[in-house]
Amino acid sequence: MKVALFIPCFVNELYPHVAMATAELLEGYGVDIHYPLAQSCCGQPLSNNGDSQGACDAARRFTGIFKDYDYVVSPSGSCTAHVKHHYPWYIADNADYQALQPRIYEIVEFLQDVLKVEKLPKPVYFPHTVSIHQSCHGLRELGHAAPSELMIPYHSRLERILQLVDGIEVKQPERRDECCGFGGTFSVDEPEVSVAMGEDRVAQHEATGAQFIVGADPSCLMHMGGIIRHRCRPIRPLHIVEILTGRGGAA
Amino acid sequence: MKNDNINHAEAAAAFLQDREQARWHDSAIWWVRQKRDMQAKQLPEWEQLRALAQQIKAHTLSRLDDYLQQFQANAEKNGVTVHWAADADEHNRIVHGILAAAKVKKLVKSKSMLTEECGLNPYLEQHGIEVIDTDLGERIVQLRQEPPSHIVMPAIHLKKEQISELFHRELGTEAGNNDPTYLTHAARANLREHFLTADAGLTGVNFAIAETGGVVVCTNEGNADLGTALPPIHIASMGLEKIIPRLEHLGVFTRLLARSAIGSPITTYTSHFHRARPGGQMHIVIVDNGRSDILGNDDFYQSLRCIRCGACMNTCPVYRRSTGHSYSYIIPGPIGSTLGPSRDIKKHGSMAFACTTCGSCSNVCPVKINLHEQLVLQRKRAFDAGTLKPAKKMGLLAMRFLTQHPSLMDAGGKVMRKVVPIVPENLTRHSAWSRPGRALPEMPEQSFKEMWQARQEKKS
Repeated sequence: MKVALFIPCFVNELYPHVAMATAELLEGYGVDIHYPLAQSCCGQPLSNNGDSQGACDAARRFTGIFKDYDYVVSPSGSCTAHVKHHYPWYIADNADYQALQPRIYEIVEFLQDVLKVEKLPKPVYFPHTVSIHQSCHGLRELGHAAPSELMIPYHSRLERILQLVDGIEVKQPERRDECCGFGGTFSVDEPEVSVAMGEDRVAQHEATGAQFIVGADPSCLMHMGGIIRHRCRPIRPLHIVEILTGRGGAA
Repeated sequence: MKNDNINHAEAAAAFLQDREQARWHDSAIWWVRQKRDMQAKQLPEWEQLRALAQQIKAHTLSRLDDYLQQFQANAEKNGVTVHWAADADEHNRIVHGILAAAKVKKLVKSKSMLTEECGLNPYLEQHGIEVIDTDLGERIVQLRQEPPSHIVMPAIHLKKEQISELFHRELGTEAGNNDPTYLTHAARANLREHFLTADAGLTGVNFAIAETGGVVVCTNEGNADLGTALPPIHIASMGLEKIIPRLEHLGVFTRLLARSAIGSPITTYTSHFHRARPGGQMHIVIVDNGRSDILGNDDFYQSLRCIRCGACMNTCPVYRRSTGHSYSYIIPGPIGSTLGPSRDIKKHGSMAFACTTCGSCSNVCPVKINLHEQLVLQRKRAFDAGTLKPAKKMGLLAMRFLTQHPSLMDAGGKVMRKVVPIVPENLTRHSAWSRPGRALPEMPEQSFKEMWQARQEKKS
């Protein structure tokens, strides 16, 4: 099984340890990992700002780079949702994309649905309280959990996989899946609203008594992290792969 | 009427200056979202109802011309006069024509977003007709001479203290008496006088039934009923998408409407109007005003399924933190942010960007409109129409180029990681990222690509 890592552009530059934890986690399960060096941005910022030509070119380029792998796996729910659910806006009839699309996975989905993992590669003891951050695209486009708006049975991928971690206590914030306010370029187009949403979100996570905010989307964690740092709050954002590889408690 | 020149980001930033009022606005509306959840949860068939409502509306839109003609024929059989208005101006002229012919001096209106869309009140006032909005929230914003900030709760941006001040000034209530019951009684007494002295009543339409030629109006205050029962003339104004094929379909929508809108099982009044009362007149004005253009658009026709419940506003985290007054179109929030840009992308383009694409709106929508996707598709129209700020457009074109040239993107990333840590904080403090209170991310020494390449070399 040849698995390609799709590391979003900002993760490559700003959260290399999240990308490395993703690689190590997969290697821990014996997966043959490849990292195509030609990859760049998936084009989501272009698509979300109406540049359909740029978004279309990015989608074609992505497909060309990743089409020959068995699976494509990424540690970002939002970028995964873009390539999996919005590329059809631009390249729906591209045969290579049609073949690739069902093989694109966000990391937690891949662990649960393809590898069907029942334990972690090495045992992790994490004696802390974490508050789950359900990022919107993972939640509502990838189906990471039952969104609070829909009257369907409750489930949550992140909570399920965290059951494999010893000693952890998992909490949910009030308004369990409200947006943190990042929204890509929204964060700088409407910075006041973006930060107001983020401040509320951080406060709700803090109110659970958690020491960590845990999510599967580095962009939301970056935004909330910026607010936390500005306000010198003790809570820390953490990507779920950092916990699953036992790196989370390091700091 | 609303000021078309509102830029959402700027208006929202101004609103957020009073953080306490903004927090209150957010919680007041979130409370309605929670009530909606409680009601929806009590119906095991909730998701089925949404699917059914979506299908009925989709079917109706696919044969809209047939159903509209059937509706007209059946309404006329009941003795109702049916008028067709291609745009807002024609709607206003028709309504004025009916009122002028009967020498009407005062019109009482129940809540109708369509008449807000058409600018009916100022039009009639210019022609010497007094217009009294009778929905309490609409009456409050009418007295304040401002547009509604929400389509179901027009005065949700105001606290009771502000309403007390307004009523003291306009209706002569006691200064400083903020008791909601006292204030409501005062409004009621004032409105009762207007109901009794009006010469005509105008209502909106929630549903128009092709099979019967009747219209259905849902209110919680009974103001549509008084407004049509007392004066001899009833005018019902409706957008042409309000049609449903048969009476048996109505229950699907009335079960969804009030639960989605305000979290109650049903509106207090669900009034059916079929014909004028003896000696009276009943008119129905069917308005297009751009709806046919939307119907012909692959990306946006689904927005015509909307039943104007306002649930998308209540759930929208951006709406709750910016108020309806921050949106340039008369209908704010997610649904307004597709309808407004559909009407005029140059005027309302900023609305499509007032969204994090969280998708909560699409999930609460009782007719399953793909709202958050429509907003992204409207941004494509904004980009193509050249409404983006030049600096943003330049940035996107640069991003487009870098996406195709990863080595340049890597070089740019490296420069960023090396330079940001040594830039004095007072230079970055005023950036859009940092200005409202958000630190820049820490810059790691190496990118993942660099780490990975070093790791591969070590391995080999």
